[in-house]
Amino acid sequence: MTKLCSLNTVPAGRCCIIMRIDADSDLTARMRALGLQLGRRIQVMRRSPFQGPIQVRSGQTDIIIRRADAAAVQVRPCDPNIEHCPANESECN
Amino acid sequence: MSKRIALVGMPNTGKSTLFNRLTGAGAKVGNWPGLTVELLSAKLLLGDSMVELVDLPGLHNLHGFSEDERVARHFIETQPVNGLLVVLNATQLERQLALVLQLKALGLPMLLALNMADEAASRGIRIQLDTLSEKLGLPICLVSAKHGHGVPELRQALTAWLHRHPDLATAQARVLAEDDNIEHTLDTLLAQTVHVPPVLSPSHTDRLDSLLLHPWLGLPLFFLIMLTVFQVVYGLGAPLQDGFGWLLDAVKTRWLAPAIAGLPAWAISFLLEGLYDGIGTVMTFLPIIVVFFLAMAVVEDSGYLARAAFLMDALMSRMGLDGRAFVLQLMGFGCNVPAMMGARVIRSRAQRILTMMTIPFSLCSARLQVFLFFTTAVFSPRAAPWVLFSLYVISFAVTFLTAWIWRGRARHGADPLLMELPPYRLPTLSVLTRQSLRESGHFLRQAGGFIILGVALVWFLTHFPLDAAPASPATLAGRLASLMEPIFSPLGIDQLLSIALLFGFVAKEVVIGALAVIYGAGGDQLSGILAQRLDWIQAYSFMLFTLVYTPCLSALATLRREAGGSRYMWASLVWSLGIAWLLSFAFYQTARALTQ
Repeated sequence: MTKLCSLNTVPAGRCCIIMRIDADSDLTARMRALGLQLGRRIQVMRRSPFQGPIQVRSGQTDIIIRRADAAAVQVRPCDPNIEHCPANESECN
Repeated sequence: MSKRIALVGMPNTGKSTLFNRLTGAGAKVGNWPGLTVELLSAKLLLGDSMVELVDLPGLHNLHGFSEDERVARHFIETQPVNGLLVVLNATQLERQLALVLQLKALGLPMLLALNMADEAASRGIRIQLDTLSEKLGLPICLVSAKHGHGVPELRQALTAWLHRHPDLATAQARVLAEDDNIEHTLDTLLAQTVHVPPVLSPSHTDRLDSLLLHPWLGLPLFFLIMLTVFQVVYGLGAPLQDGFGWLLDAVKTRWLAPAIAGLPAWAISFLLEGLYDGIGTVMTFLPIIVVFFLAMAVVEDSGYLARAAFLMDALMSRMGLDGRAFVLQLMGFGCNVPAMMGARVIRSRAQRILTMMTIPFSLCSARLQVFLFFTTAVFSPRAAPWVLFSLYVISFAVTFLTAWIWRGRARHGADPLLMELPPYRLPTLSVLTRQSLRESGHFLRQAGGFIILGVALVWFLTHFPLDAAPASPATLAGRLASLMEPIFSPLGIDQLLSIALLFGFVAKEVVIGALAVIYGAGGDQLSGILAQRLDWIQAYSFMLFTLVYTPCLSALATLRREAGGSRYMWASLVWSLGIAWLLSFAFYQTARALTQ
């Protein structure tokens, strides 16, 4: 089992799988509504400068989330050598 | 018996556009989560029955906690309806279907409209409609609300569906299914019915984003875009305004003046120099306001505002605000009142109130009129757009200063910022036409209402007693102005201008109308008089004061209502008056000292 890291530390362009969300129930529900839920494969699209929010893609939906809030999302990164997001979860291992 | 259908859907699904398509009413369309803040409803004829269609605020989730979601949920749980028309974005079914599964548990009849069907098809998303409809047990229609495709078929389906559900029903609240259960059902359903290409080819949105959201180019491009918008407004609007002004003047001298020549002198003065000049001068802004709102609609509907939130959040967070507050600031360029109501999407109370305190400094279209008039009158055509732009920059600077000073509790209780970045969309001509009709209607109604009252009152103050010279120190206005003189003379604002400012408190739209009455001249003549009487320092000082000095009456009323108490209203009033005076004073005295 690879170690988990916080979503706010994932570099732009990298994809990862959501393994745990350590937020209160309100925020968790909000995340789920926007497609950030356990087991989902997401891709970090870009990080804005000056510690601004990060842009994350989940399925067809793009979301912006503050780094402080993204810190609550624990993810397992996919292979850094894969340039594009792999098609399914097994390829990420 | 009357029938009722509630229109339900997540934000950014094109719900409001579909509402407009179905009802033909002028619901505002915005590509920004939570823009629909009041419940819109309209009647539509389906088959042989009249049906009330209610447009509920967008909701992500039935358990949602934003103000909008609460409103929508409360409506669904308490109001009897014949059924729900659920709008889904066909390109995002993998998360939007979850809402359908939640809604199903309410036991109400439902009909699904998959919107943006064309966009989904162009992205290679294939949906097995029959299977999906069968598995959900719900009728489904494919539509494109933007282009109107599939809307007649949707009307037919709605008619047939109403025949099957002729009675009003109330939701079975509290039988909401467990979300985990929903997720399982959802995954199975998606696997069976929706085919999404695993890796999307870099779409146009991605390519645009890599430029517009570029770490270093993003912000300069943002300012360039806004500057272009204002150049377009100025470049298109100013000649139109001139033409309109000329027309009004011609009507006055050729038709109106001869027609009422037989009336007593004071009546002629009231009708021509009071009502006609006052309202006419305000009316010349109609074309420019239409162009302005069109430009804003293009920016708003394109999906760029959410990008602006992304770009500005880092800066805003240091002042206790967030990217959404910045977007509301931009929306305030149109009118501050809906922007303040839009602040409901912010959950933390401290942050919401701070956002609402800053919105009145957003340079609204009413103030834009004053500035356009003054810059055109006093500054050269080359300098005018830059003067205008500088006022927008100052509007932001005062906003940031206000937020910085008042941030207090908002700094700590940071509201999570989590929002969707919608794909870029091109606004269609029909949406823009409807938008501009709506705005001109609004403008005309205002001109017909309190602007008439305002200019009539200004005429009375500046002409009573009738034997005194108009606007002279002997008139009521003159006496009022000399009382205020100690306050305004250090700012380089003369007595006559201060009278106009007094009326601007009611609504900034009245300022130009009031000036026309005070100087007894409209349009071009008034520009000439202003250019003669004011140098650029006085004019700029007046504009600075007008920009900041007080939210208009309806903005203050909104602030009081939305913040739930008059404390914040008074704070906003005192703060803005104080900062306006200091700002104008500092500018006027420094500029005078430097140019002497």
